[in-house]
Amino acid sequence: MSKIKLKLAATGLNNTDNPGPGVPVIRSIRESGTFSMEVVGLAYETLEPGIYMPGITDRTYMIPYPSDGVEALLERLEYIQSKEKIDVLIPNFDAELYTFMKSSDRLEKMGVRTFLPTLSQLEERHKSNLPRFGKKYDVLVPKSKDILSYQDIEKLREEFEYPLMVKGKFYDAYLAYNEEQVRMHYNKISAKWGLPVIIQEFIRGTEVNVVALGDGTGQTVGAVPMRKQYITDKGKAWGGITLDDPAMMELTRHIISKTHWRGGMELELIKTTRNELYVIEINPRIPAWVYLAVGAGQNLPEALVKLALGMEVKPFRRYDVGKMFVRYSYDMIVDLPRFEQLSTLGEVEPEKSFKSI
Amino acid sequence: MSLRKNIAVSDSGFVFDPSSGESYSLNPIGTEIVKLLQQGRSNEDIIRDLTGKYDVDDATLERYYYDFIGMLKQFNLLENGE
Repeated sequence: MSKIKLKLAATGLNNTDNPGPGVPVIRSIRESGTFSMEVVGLAYETLEPGIYMPGITDRTYMIPYPSDGVEALLERLEYIQSKEKIDVLIPNFDAELYTFMKSSDRLEKMGVRTFLPTLSQLEERHKSNLPRFGKKYDVLVPKSKDILSYQDIEKLREEFEYPLMVKGKFYDAYLAYNEEQVRMHYNKISAKWGLPVIIQEFIRGTEVNVVALGDGTGQTVGAVPMRKQYITDKGKAWGGITLDDPAMMELTRHIISKTHWRGGMELELIKTTRNELYVIEINPRIPAWVYLAVGAGQNLPEALVKLALGMEVKPFRRYDVGKMFVRYSYDMIVDLPRFEQLSTLGEVEPEKSFKSI
Repeated sequence: MSLRKNIAVSDSGFVFDPSSGESYSLNPIGTEIVKLLQQGRSNEDIIRDLTGKYDVDDATLERYYYDFIGMLKQFNLLENGE
């Protein structure tokens, strides 16, 4: 059977020690049996490794930061679309999702399809709204509170026991043992991600994660649970292993069925010594470790593209337990003209069109 | 006394718990005991087997055996309630 031609655009090419999911998502779809693909990379920084990695992107364009607003992004995407004719776009950062969701109708008119959660799904699973989410869908969640000032920090001892977690609205999480440490993390997080900063009860146990895909009707297309075996100082998985845990799968299916989740998601869970599962975060996108799921038998990024194209997708029934991933870092040699072209013109061609200076 | 059903034990003594993702390495005697537990054999039965097979007195074997079983319990490798 011949493969379907597809032009895919993806963000999250920052394959660093705090990796975005772009590179593993592209790699997964490149291995697809269904699609023959050309990839347009969308980058925020000129040194995102996925721009230069062989076999990942065919062409890359710089795009404006989400803080520049919807119009700036759409204007840029209209230009890119006039040259590229992108079929499907997969945004891979939490911080940009809102902008892409707001733009999805206009993108559709341009011929660019996405498969994203709805704005209300995005909103209700937000860290600040997690307690309400837990109550509404009957799942265990840690006690959480938004803080907006130093005064709020002083009052925390009336409601929380130390240690507690201090989290940014999009990224970053730190454990704090006293008020002084909360202040320190509050300053760091608010400077980077803005307010509110979220305080969360610290649940003791083992952190486990699930990557899943919902089709928007309440059906779970696929899900693979994993435990991080090697964690970097940024808390990112550098190694992990797939688990056989029916309770984690049941919880995932429960959440997707109740919320009618549409798109990729990552559940961050804590399993206590009494085998309770607490939902500590729901990330509204495919995580950077998704290639483990592909290795275990579920090509979730490929299934997401099929859903975006309105193709029929049969739910995955199984995955391999005990499959591991181990990350590595690798130095690439990059010729200056590629970097120069991206820095000055905001777009870069495939490597073969360059000559070394 | 039995090992949890989904625990995998290789002949080399590598034990994998697919629920937690943890793995352990056993020496040959540990591997032998775990394989007997996997067959659902009782503690008394296993102790009798081992005392007949190795040059060790009953009291010493029993002490080390239950110490090892305690470790398996601690790592949550035995069926619930055992």
